[in-house]
Amino acid sequence: MNFVMPDFYPAIPEMFLLAMACVILLVDLVLPPSRRWLIAFLTQATLVGCAILTFATADGQVVLTFSNMFVDDLLSDFLKLLVYFSVVIMLVYSRSYLVARGLEKSEFYLLVLFATLGMMVMISASHFLSLYIGLELLSLSLYALVALDRDSARATEAAMKYFVLGAMASGLLLYGMSMIYGATGTLEIGGVAQAIYHGVANKSVLIFGLVFLVSGLAFKLGVVPFHMWIPDVYHGAPTPITLFIGSAPKLAAFAMALRLLVYGLFELAAEWQQMLMILSVLSIAVGNLAAIAQTNLKRMLAYSAISHMGYMLLGLISGVVGGDRHFALNAYSSAMFYTISYVLMSLGTFGMILLLSRAGHEAENLDDFKGLSQRSPWFALMMGILMFSMAGVPFFVGFWAKFAVLLAVVDTGQVWLAVVAVFFSLIGAFYYLRVVKLMWFDPPLDSAPLEAGFDMRLLLSANGLAVALLGAFPQAIMTLCTFTLLRSL
Amino acid sequence: MIASYLLSLSIWLPIAGALVVLATGSDRSPGTTRWLSLVFALLGFLVTVPLYTGFDASKSAMQFVETVPWIPQYNINYFLGVDGISVLFILLNSFITVLVVLAGWKVIQKKVAQYMAAFLVMSGLMNGIFCALDAALFYVFFEASLIPMYIIIGVWGGPNRVYAAFKFFLYTLAGSLLMLIALMYLFLQSGGSFNILEWHTLPLAMPAQTLLFVAFLVAFAVKVPMWPVHTWLPDAHVEAPTGGSAVLAAIMLKLGAYGFLRFSLPIAPDASHALSGMMIALSLIAVIYIGFVALVQSDMKKLIAYSSISHMGFVTLGFFIFNQIGYEGALVQMISHGFVSAAMFLCVGVMYDRMHSREIADYGGVVNTMPKFAAFFLLFAMANCGLPATSGFVGEFMVALGAIKYNFWVGFAAATTLIVGAAYTLWMYKRVAFGAIGNKHVAELADIDNREFLVLGLLALCVLGMGLYPFPFTDVMHASVDHLLKHVAISKL
Repeated sequence: MNFVMPDFYPAIPEMFLLAMACVILLVDLVLPPSRRWLIAFLTQATLVGCAILTFATADGQVVLTFSNMFVDDLLSDFLKLLVYFSVVIMLVYSRSYLVARGLEKSEFYLLVLFATLGMMVMISASHFLSLYIGLELLSLSLYALVALDRDSARATEAAMKYFVLGAMASGLLLYGMSMIYGATGTLEIGGVAQAIYHGVANKSVLIFGLVFLVSGLAFKLGVVPFHMWIPDVYHGAPTPITLFIGSAPKLAAFAMALRLLVYGLFELAAEWQQMLMILSVLSIAVGNLAAIAQTNLKRMLAYSAISHMGYMLLGLISGVVGGDRHFALNAYSSAMFYTISYVLMSLGTFGMILLLSRAGHEAENLDDFKGLSQRSPWFALMMGILMFSMAGVPFFVGFWAKFAVLLAVVDTGQVWLAVVAVFFSLIGAFYYLRVVKLMWFDPPLDSAPLEAGFDMRLLLSANGLAVALLGAFPQAIMTLCTFTLLRSL
Repeated sequence: MIASYLLSLSIWLPIAGALVVLATGSDRSPGTTRWLSLVFALLGFLVTVPLYTGFDASKSAMQFVETVPWIPQYNINYFLGVDGISVLFILLNSFITVLVVLAGWKVIQKKVAQYMAAFLVMSGLMNGIFCALDAALFYVFFEASLIPMYIIIGVWGGPNRVYAAFKFFLYTLAGSLLMLIALMYLFLQSGGSFNILEWHTLPLAMPAQTLLFVAFLVAFAVKVPMWPVHTWLPDAHVEAPTGGSAVLAAIMLKLGAYGFLRFSLPIAPDASHALSGMMIALSLIAVIYIGFVALVQSDMKKLIAYSSISHMGFVTLGFFIFNQIGYEGALVQMISHGFVSAAMFLCVGVMYDRMHSREIADYGGVVNTMPKFAAFFLLFAMANCGLPATSGFVGEFMVALGAIKYNFWVGFAAATTLIVGAAYTLWMYKRVAFGAIGNKHVAELADIDNREFLVLGLLALCVLGMGLYPFPFTDVMHASVDHLLKHVAISKL
């Protein structure tokens, strides 16, 4: 057996991030606690560096390396850039919150970096093993992050739940992968697709594996009936961690769904579309209905996340109709656009919770938003934009996201499915409107001025305005989604 | 040069004005905010005037057309244009906005800038609805216009404002979401186009037409509102501030009726004919039954709200009897109702500002203390019940004529509204204005000031002018209505 040096070039951003994480670990050893800001700075710089490297190495070619375990294509470059982007924003939003609670430890930054690395590997995985390794790197970092506030019983409980259920989901995923390996004799995603295409795989074993694969995937996406962890973890985790879980990992999970189902098991689309359709309808229904009953904003947003992932799945299940594949590009790019829009809105809303929180006060209940329009009309406007966008009201980006997936659904002829989706989005509008009502129609309970720093205010405003601007001009992102998918499929 | 951007200006000028008002306004200097808002409202009205003067009434084609690709991914264009049907509503809307800014001059003391901005934004969005010829653009404006109204009702409304605001928003959203799916279906059927004019000529089978008609019906019936989905309107009207009620009645209700003309009738003509019996029945129920409901109201705003539903029943009736006089009558009725209902709500607002009560029983003998006001109020009340020489008469008479042409008994039933309408309006007027001074609050009432005189006077001019000489209004719409009728008569099967 002779060793062939792999081509490292496509994986330069990952290697840079790993190297920088080690450097930060070492710096932390010698750094006095008063200079903690340097760690934050280095982390941000690392992410920016990764972004530059990813951008510089993006050449539009599909390059496989590390014995076909790692793929670098436009899709992965685009999604990675979005991941860095949302992690950078998350770090800015969370700093003052963490400082005020004594949680701003270097572990936080390192775990975030490792989670980011995990997401990058997931996004670029072209092999079941690398996919699994990326997923575990992300998940283990997240479990630890949820328990970051170790003296908080609620956070520890959430971390425990997340860990136990997450481990089970990983088990399901692995089991599914092993089944598919058994049927096709390969773990390479491309190889699996080939084997199924040539009809050499045993169909019933494949379907068996597929069920487990979809279950594991559904857990990571957080769709019904694998959603139980979402409300507890969103609620229990410190808000910056909730913000983190609610943003970038959704992009990675989307990439995972795309790699597994579309790249690997496209021949079985008819089967997994049926499964995902049930998950999707259930998520939209349960997410929107349960969100109404919540008084805690983080819990409400958790259920809202469930329903949003359900809408995203609507795009994924509209790719193939009766063997006809010409819908695929539009459908998958609509799901991608949905995910990106959702991440942008999610960043903004959790950012608003962080903005209103201060030392000794968690602004996580709905009532904390009462009368915000009198305390700060500007940020009430931003939150209003975010809420209307999540509800899917134009001119905001959330409308176009729903528009795109619904159009994809109607295109496949399943008008009833679109009607169901639309019906529950009406119910969903109620609880988003309630937040607007609290901010504008009710008098404030709390008159303390907002304490956030300039950088956070600026970024949060930009976030809110981006939701409005992308709502007025969604074409650029739509084109990017379609283009990257077209060049990578 | 500027003439080719008039429609865009009529949409974006008020919205830009709203942003300026929001940015510069503060409750410490409400005076500047008010004047600034008035300037923008007036500018917004001024840019719509050339739309009327430059309009070629002999053509039924779209005029002042603007096309810019907006979202090429879905072939969505920023496509604007007006014909004889829509041009008047843009003028009406911009005109009412000026009056609403004036009407809120003194009453609104809290968050003045936000109040004015909300109305300016809404004015722009509603102009957008009336001139959008791309269905996606239409839908975007249609739904976005809910946001400012929701805020207006919820922030400056009455005691039960939260309930009313939610009911308003969710009811309308429920209707329009179904329409969204209909629009997507049409997009796919037409081979990837959101162009409404192309949809007009798209052949469709009967089942598809029926489903589309029903989807549009749900959206527009809620907005009109038609019986039995009208229940949000009395709540919204009662709780909204005066200006909100005026805009709601004068413009927002017209969006639903306009939707019938732009979507339901030309896109699904066969279904429209097939279901016209049901539509006429629903319209007549609105006209007669809701008229009686109005009779028993003790709250003035509620009474006018029900009277609006009844009057809008006349409009939908006019659309589904398929003759020229019915259509033109319905359109005239829409414009006239825009003036009259706005005027009625502003009149109630004038009294409410002084007495903080809308109950009829709290008034009595207002004419003794507010003679000028009572005169205006009487004129508008008369117009509301369709007295000849007021604008209310023209539309109702034309629709009734058309209805009799269509079927005598339909016409007969519709014409009873002239009696019921007179009954509830005049009875209310009698109890409020006439008789001895009811209580000491009424005795202390001050008559209207110059600002209120100006607002009501302008509306009175419109009401009388339109009643005496309606041709400036009807001449504009002849060609377009004629075209529409011919189009609706041709089967698309």
